[in-house]
Amino acid sequence: MTALLDLGPHAGFILSSYAITLATIAGLFLWLRMDRARLVTALERLEAQGVRRRSGRSATGNGAGPRTATGSGR
Amino acid sequence: MAIADLANPTRFMALSGRLLPWLGIACALAFAAGLYMTFFVAPDDYQQGATVKIMFLHVPAAWLAMMCYSVMAVSALGTLIWKHPLADVSARAAAPIGAAFTFLSLITGSLWGKPMWGTYWVWDARLTSVLVLFIMYLGLIALWRTVEDPIRAGKATAVLTLVGAINLPIIKFSVDWWNTLHQPASVVRLDGPAIHPTILWPLLVMALAFTLLFFTLHMMAMRNEVLRRRLRTLQLGAASARTATARPQAAE
Repeated sequence: MTALLDLGPHAGFILSSYAITLATIAGLFLWLRMDRARLVTALERLEAQGVRRRSGRSATGNGAGPRTATGSGR
Repeated sequence: MAIADLANPTRFMALSGRLLPWLGIACALAFAAGLYMTFFVAPDDYQQGATVKIMFLHVPAAWLAMMCYSVMAVSALGTLIWKHPLADVSARAAAPIGAAFTFLSLITGSLWGKPMWGTYWVWDARLTSVLVLFIMYLGLIALWRTVEDPIRAGKATAVLTLVGAINLPIIKFSVDWWNTLHQPASVVRLDGPAIHPTILWPLLVMALAFTLLFFTLHMMAMRNEVLRRRLRTLQLGAASARTATARPQAAE
């Protein structure tokens, strides 16, 4: 712990570096988590309205649907 | 199973879902070890003093800033040559992470530069080329957001990404080609690292932690991007279905 407290005359610069790095990484992580939560909620809302992906609809015989950029069939 | 089959978006989602927790744990352990070595093992530098501890953040962030752009450039080739949907997903997911690492590289470099060089910033070749890299990341993110169709946006940004890749060797060799304030390479050198092992090892462990962090964040961002495209497809499908059902009613 002594080493942590003894950062010399430039401790402000060192601690600022670590604080900004921590804040940036935490911000990036939280943004990704929130983005995922928003997307999952929107997908669930659409599925609750009966809108399904092609792979989900194939079981019920409805195979029609738009061509996708990341569809499961590709 | 072929590699192309593994790169299928549905398989990627299943595989990455299983891999992500382990990657996160490995990343946390590497950071714990790296930070312990930084603050309790690595000695102060004979010239820089404790300010050398900023290097344990600055150097890995700078490496990752360039590695992230390299990942984007390879993904851009995948988009343009093989037209693989996951290649564009990978490039788009990497851009904000690369921008964040470049930002950290610039900020931590400035915070090291003030006590060591006496200034936060100089317009020398290394610093300026890294600033250009940061601006390129922002430009690519803006281009992706400007074009609504992800496939068209992917092609346009892939071309721009490959053009921008010329900046990577400029960044790497700027300290050799021009007379700059920034010190030359001290880890990756033909005659071996110029850093004492007591400082080199904590630096390498922190670099490993940052690399694992990049892969963790990149995988999370790729999963989000796949979900975003599925959502868009479903929304387009629902909208066209609504239009199709509304037309006969309008005709009546």
